[in-house]
Amino acid sequence: MSIIVSIIIVTILLTLLITLVKEEWKGNVALITVMINVALSSCLAIPALQGHLFEHFFYGGLVFGNITIRIDALSGWFILLMNFTAFTSILYGRSYMEHYKNQSANLSMHFISFVINHFAMIGIYCLQNSFAFLCVWEIMAITSFLLIIFEHHKIQTLKAGINYLIQSHISIMFMTVGFIWVNSFTGSFDFNAITKYSSSVSPAVSFVLFLFFFIGFAIKSGFVPFHTWLPYAHPAAPAHVSGMMSGVLIKLGIYGILRILLLIKGDYLVMGYFILTISVITGVYGVILAIIQHNIKKLLAYHSIENIGIIGIGIGIGCVGLGLNNDYLAFAGFAGAMLHTLNHSLFKSLLFYVSGTIYQATNTMDIERLGGLIKKMPQTATLFLIAALAICGLPPFNGFISEFLIYSGLFKGISGGELTATAFLVSSIFGMVIIGGMAMLCFTKAFGIIFIGNERHLLPTTVQEPEFGKLFPKYLIATLIIFIGVIPQFFVSIVSEPAGLFIGGAISKTQPMEFIDTLQSVSIAVVVFILLSLTVFWIKKMTTKSVEILIKPTWNCGYVAPTARLQYTANSFVRSFRKLIHPMLMMNKKEGVIKGVFPKTIYSETHPYDRIELVLIDIPLLYLKGFIGRFKFLQNGNSQFYILYGVLFIFIIITFPLLLNAVIYVIELIKQI
Amino acid sequence: MNILSFILIVFASLFFSGIIIRTKSIFSGRKGPGIFQPLKDIWRLFRKGAVYSKTSSFIFQIAPSIYFASVLMAICFIPFGNQPGIISFKGDFIFFAYVLALGKFFIIISALDTGSSFSGMGASREALYSLLVEPAFFILMGSFALLTGHTSFFEIFSSLHFGSHISYAIGILAAFVFVIIALIENSRMPMDDPKTHLELTMIHEVMILDNSGFDLGLLLSATHLKFAMYGALIANFFLTPNYEWYYSIPIFISSQILFAIVIGTIESFMARFRMNHNPQYIFMLTSISLLIYLGVLLILGKIV
Repeated sequence: MSIIVSIIIVTILLTLLITLVKEEWKGNVALITVMINVALSSCLAIPALQGHLFEHFFYGGLVFGNITIRIDALSGWFILLMNFTAFTSILYGRSYMEHYKNQSANLSMHFISFVINHFAMIGIYCLQNSFAFLCVWEIMAITSFLLIIFEHHKIQTLKAGINYLIQSHISIMFMTVGFIWVNSFTGSFDFNAITKYSSSVSPAVSFVLFLFFFIGFAIKSGFVPFHTWLPYAHPAAPAHVSGMMSGVLIKLGIYGILRILLLIKGDYLVMGYFILTISVITGVYGVILAIIQHNIKKLLAYHSIENIGIIGIGIGIGCVGLGLNNDYLAFAGFAGAMLHTLNHSLFKSLLFYVSGTIYQATNTMDIERLGGLIKKMPQTATLFLIAALAICGLPPFNGFISEFLIYSGLFKGISGGELTATAFLVSSIFGMVIIGGMAMLCFTKAFGIIFIGNERHLLPTTVQEPEFGKLFPKYLIATLIIFIGVIPQFFVSIVSEPAGLFIGGAISKTQPMEFIDTLQSVSIAVVVFILLSLTVFWIKKMTTKSVEILIKPTWNCGYVAPTARLQYTANSFVRSFRKLIHPMLMMNKKEGVIKGVFPKTIYSETHPYDRIELVLIDIPLLYLKGFIGRFKFLQNGNSQFYILYGVLFIFIIITFPLLLNAVIYVIELIKQI
Repeated sequence: MNILSFILIVFASLFFSGIIIRTKSIFSGRKGPGIFQPLKDIWRLFRKGAVYSKTSSFIFQIAPSIYFASVLMAICFIPFGNQPGIISFKGDFIFFAYVLALGKFFIIISALDTGSSFSGMGASREALYSLLVEPAFFILMGSFALLTGHTSFFEIFSSLHFGSHISYAIGILAAFVFVIIALIENSRMPMDDPKTHLELTMIHEVMILDNSGFDLGLLLSATHLKFAMYGALIANFFLTPNYEWYYSIPIFISSQILFAIVIGTIESFMARFRMNHNPQYIFMLTSISLLIYLGVLLILGKIV
């Protein structure tokens, strides 16, 4: 309990301090605050992850009632993974923000929001009182909105921020409905009431309740079709914030879904099929749109959607496993999903930090304008390459491990289940494989166009490797990425505690051992592979030591004057893919027509757009605007009128019961006649 | 030690391409080079100097080594009759597919590293086709996992008893799928013509235009190894575990030779597809794998 109090006190005191110190120190104070909070909350999380439940109640006044703080292994896991990214994010953000030294007030706002955002996220993972939970969730939503709109002088950024704010409130609305529903039947705000209520009603009813929570959390985590805020918010925010948003903020939704699954009682098989279906769609749709993006941050944002899909597939097969009483399947699914949550938070934050470095060096996010950066910033390029390989799920990096867990669940599950389950699992395998292949297409494009080849446009001469302060957090993440890839058994044994919560009982102790054995072999294979590559490379070095090595221009089939513009572009790299999946896309194309004998410069632009956004957001908004427009006359700018509206409103509220009585009286009268 | 399959595959890779070339030359009525000509070419390349492009970076230097190592690594997983591969664990075929994908990732970015428009073209196609071919392999393995209840190469192949008549059909279909996968993965004929002289229509060859010397040798020998690896996978369908080594090794060798002759025959009598027909053709493989999946469901009596 004293730890919680000290977290609150530290946050309040040090955020006040941020406003008082000089610009150069704001980042450092924020860093110190986050570090203290990270240390304190990890003290709570580590014992919880080892299986010691932390439980505490305190009286929150008449409104809140008894507030429950309950930290189990699930919360512990999420707190730890969130802490790591929050730490690297503020470490990187501190040096990233030096760019904006002259905006003192803005900086204070930013760092305060960051600290409070981190604090609110700790709260979300700890609190199990629905009312208090919604309150900290709201704090988190608002502070992250403030973090997104750091560059608020840009209209695009503001638009993205407001889009995010509205959608996150729709998400809160769904959650609120769910919590009120439970509260109205049980009279309790404690999370355990959900278990009590859902076990007393029929599975169909609890599935509908689950749907409310699922939609609420799915908007936060970006499941298709609730993903539309994400590709706007991520590119608009500063790089370290996008890294944290994509790494941990959207994972709040994943935590929420897992928490609800842990609490709710119902037909897990149906829930599993539902989650599987929506996740496969999410993964495939996310990566398809990622491939056609040429703004690097937007591309990464769509990849977040894809990875949420993969995590969702894990959760889905976990649920199917619960429904079929197949512990192997359940464990593989939940452990894979949770490990992938960690893995994604690592490589995605690394990718966003690198994109921030690129942005500050070249002032552009358009990958078509980049190229050849590897020669100017080799370390940054290598870091990006590591993260790119990891996000494609390739060994020897961490992405492979979690995908391997999910795959082994899928393949094992196929052989056990009945027809429906097998059909769902096979289509999930299909989805996972297609996602993996498309991710590879996307990241060969991203790495190939940004970093290698020739410069496509003249870059500023100042482009060079950033100083060590900016590289250090990235190296920290890269180390962990490789570490998980090489010694996966250690991390799976950690994640077996929270994954075991879902399975429950004594089985949860034996099931992880099987996986740890397999992963030991994976670890050996990974080491063998690394050694093999090094040996081949060493042999090559040894044999070619004495032979002549020439450096010549690239072979262009006899053509001797190639320019950088002859290179393949990002657009042409994905052209054949784009043609293949044309029906699913919306490409707005603008082209100049060639006119006359000596035509002037012509142009061709393509702007990819999201079809789901058009159908689900744009068209309904258009109709809504049309409808609301009819009431424009009410908004006439006269303050007298507004007072009148207020008075009318109060009058109607007061007289409503009377009016109702009158209506009932009239109805009764008619009936008697 | 279960190193037998590794040694056999490396041995088979030595003469594999030679047999293909020999078959082609016989069909076209030429005298043609000897069976060991490809081997001699590689040996020559290993001793030669190299030319590197000015544009290229360290990616271009390391990619061929990683590609070669990835193929060697994949071979480690292939079992041989009653012996598992050097490394075998549950779900090893996932590692198998992903480590091959890693090699491909590097070869694609090394093609882009040269900054040549031709290499980019090949890189784009390679990335697209490998994404299309992967589902076929996974659904195929999924069907076998369903049939046998196991999830590693060795366990699947060693418990693949041909019980009913449908399972023969499944075995043949699966072998067919593997032949096509091998053709696509090695960029061979109906997909890509390795002997063509027009860079615009190449896939794999155009990616390695700038490689020379030792690196080119590595890439070529990786191609041979990959062929022999898929040949070994196909051979495994016919190596039942109770055979002794003096039966299984001849079966292995003869099925590799047969596989090579089949490829040579296909290449002699088929024309290359138009580039825009390739995706449909590759995706057809996935539907064949789905057919196998349905067949397995039939055998197990889960449907009908």
